[in-house]
Amino acid sequence: MSEIKLACEVAEQVKAICDKHGNLPGELINILHEAQHLQGYLPEEMQRLIAHKLNIPVSKVYGVVTFYTFFTMTPKGKYPISVCMGTACYVRGSEKLLEEFKRVLGIEVGETTPDGKFSLDCLRCVGACGLAPVVIIGEKVYGRLQSVDVKKIIEDLE
Amino acid sequence: MKILSTHDLQAIMQRAENALRLREQSNKKIAEKSCGLTIGTDHLQILVCGGTGCTASSGHLIAEHLQKALEQYNIVHQVEVITTGCFGFCEKGPIVKIIPDNTFYIRVTPEDVDEIITKHIINGHRVERLLYIDPKTERVVSDSKHMDFYRKQQRIALRNCGFINPENIEEYIARHGYLALADSLLHKQPIDVIGVIKRSGLRGRGGGGFPTGLKWESAHKQAADTKYVVCNADEGDPGAFMDRSIMEGDPHSIVEAMTICGYAIGSRQGLVYIRAEYPLAIQRLKTAIAQAREYGLLGERILGTDFCFDIEIRYGAGAFVCGEETALIHSMEGNRGEPTLKPPFPAEAGYLGKPTNVNNVETLANIPIILTKGAEWFSSIGTERSKGTKVFALAGKINNVGLIEVPMGTTLREVIYDIGGGIKGGKKFKAVQTGGPSGGCLTEKHLDTPIDFDNLLAAGSMMGSGGMIVMDEDDCMVSVARFYLDFTVEESCGKCTPCRIGNKRLLETLNRITQGCGTEKDLETLSTLGHVIKDTALCGLGQTSPNPVLSTLNNFYDEYLEHVKDKTCRSKQCKALLTYSINPEKCIGCHLCFKHCPADAIIGDVRKPHVIDPNKCIKCGMCMARCKFKAINVC
Repeated sequence: MSEIKLACEVAEQVKAICDKHGNLPGELINILHEAQHLQGYLPEEMQRLIAHKLNIPVSKVYGVVTFYTFFTMTPKGKYPISVCMGTACYVRGSEKLLEEFKRVLGIEVGETTPDGKFSLDCLRCVGACGLAPVVIIGEKVYGRLQSVDVKKIIEDLE
Repeated sequence: MKILSTHDLQAIMQRAENALRLREQSNKKIAEKSCGLTIGTDHLQILVCGGTGCTASSGHLIAEHLQKALEQYNIVHQVEVITTGCFGFCEKGPIVKIIPDNTFYIRVTPEDVDEIITKHIINGHRVERLLYIDPKTERVVSDSKHMDFYRKQQRIALRNCGFINPENIEEYIARHGYLALADSLLHKQPIDVIGVIKRSGLRGRGGGGFPTGLKWESAHKQAADTKYVVCNADEGDPGAFMDRSIMEGDPHSIVEAMTICGYAIGSRQGLVYIRAEYPLAIQRLKTAIAQAREYGLLGERILGTDFCFDIEIRYGAGAFVCGEETALIHSMEGNRGEPTLKPPFPAEAGYLGKPTNVNNVETLANIPIILTKGAEWFSSIGTERSKGTKVFALAGKINNVGLIEVPMGTTLREVIYDIGGGIKGGKKFKAVQTGGPSGGCLTEKHLDTPIDFDNLLAAGSMMGSGGMIVMDEDDCMVSVARFYLDFTVEESCGKCTPCRIGNKRLLETLNRITQGCGTEKDLETLSTLGHVIKDTALCGLGQTSPNPVLSTLNNFYDEYLEHVKDKTCRSKQCKALLTYSINPEKCIGCHLCFKHCPADAIIGDVRKPHVIDPNKCIKCGMCMARCKFKAINVC
């Protein structure tokens, strides 16, 4: 696990979130959703703090964080790229798109470029199957993409 | 205002009916002429699809631009812009529909708005270039009722999607919404409500197909001070978006159905377990809950009776296994979503150990209309053992991607060729995958099978939640099986050994085969291991996870054999089995492939035929995509 220390301000916000949910262990997932929203990921220190507030073992918090794909322990890039790997996108060529993103960015799925600009992930169906294959970068949805488009998209963002 | 009686409800219904009258009328009659403010009508409505698919392609901007244009031309009082739920025809989105003449505009962009306003809304002339052209007859079809895509559909669960404004409770009430709740609370005993649902023959739409009435009855029979009603909105099947569209397009039907269920089983608390990835559905649901509370249809003393019921929202965090009801319950309790053995069933000991009734979104959407129209009406639709309709998310290599609803018993051929408009690009149909990662692939020989729970199971697949992915000759069935296994391995919770380790071994074997290292023995392993996992896994996810492998082995054994014996992939999908080469007769030496090859694997001088260095080639296919002379061969 990383050695990032939480800024005081963030720690206070996390505590406030736990208090808002009555420090109840049953509210863990809702708390994690809100906590992840603060910085885009859930560093170790944050999980320790939540465990302490809810009076449950850190292993339980870590167990939940690692179980669900929505939660992440690595910081995302300035432009988080998610390639839809739903079946509809898969049969319309999303695997080739993903390969091209990996090649152009030089990172694997779940990683962030060293300059912190781009991170690459897969997601399971956004339900815009009419636009397949779909890639989401930040809030913007790119539909009907082909691998030849990838380089240009990255260059435009840079 | 709080609604305290059926009388109050009817008063709102009448008030709101005016707003809907224009739409109801145009829904019935066939539009012959287009209308505009200068001819034919003095009042128009513009419906804009507000589903996720259309919103993703700037549908929200269209509504904004329309509103601005109305202000600019000073016609705000005569024309309304209404954002509705999904129309279903996602392939052609964003969709804009003009009422009363029912003109259906497709692939609209924000730039088209001004023309729609000036030409159609003001002067009554359709914008021809935005109309749908029937690919078979090549004729323009302006009214959606005449499109093949809609003609064979029967919309029950989707009755309000694309018709009402989902954020306006009064429009829902005008469509007889909350009438079933009022009738149940004021005139029926809980056991009578359950009786209607039982007689209707409604079966769970989430995948299992368990009779809903029986489920309610067993929760009703439990003696407990606290019981829970749970709506399973954790639609995890990749390529399926039925539940999301219902929640986005008709959230009140879910609120009403859950409240009715609460009354029937004796519960005061409802919970919606919804994917956090569905922000629009969450927002619409929250709005609907707040409005229902305001109108006295949710909360304390509903409709002036002693019955109290409220709904809370819980967020999923992306785990496919949480679609399984015991796993879902553990997740709602803040734990890892691992399933447990049944019995005890959730109806006996569910959320926080209390009796819990879990129903899927589409199942619930059917409840209010069954109660208003009657069990006999519902059971007259469908097949002998599967009643009513089913919503499918039709996607993949098909012309009309979208959300459809058909009566049970419709054949796959009707769905794929009539509604779906056939295979994209005139390619040959190969398979249709139903039931997502738990289902199987059906082939040409199954095309005339009437779709229902039992027929699909007998054909080696399953109904599942309604994902339907069409594949053509370019899809490799071994890679498709590998794709699903990859999904299952990632989503397996790891609790039971057959699923955790067995599926991993299946995936490794499939990887070997697609990489050209498979043997005939591997095919035997796939089959034996697959059956062992089916028989021994703990929950529904594990027990169904080998289905994609077993069904493709069954129906496409030749393709597997080619991969392991000849080391070829006829669909040209398995990269390791492909060789790229340049046809020297076609290559003019334009150097384009040379420039774009990421691996510097192409050798050759300008204006002379090039060659590919097989040692450097990474088989990305970039040269093929770039070549303008079709000089690249792959075999």
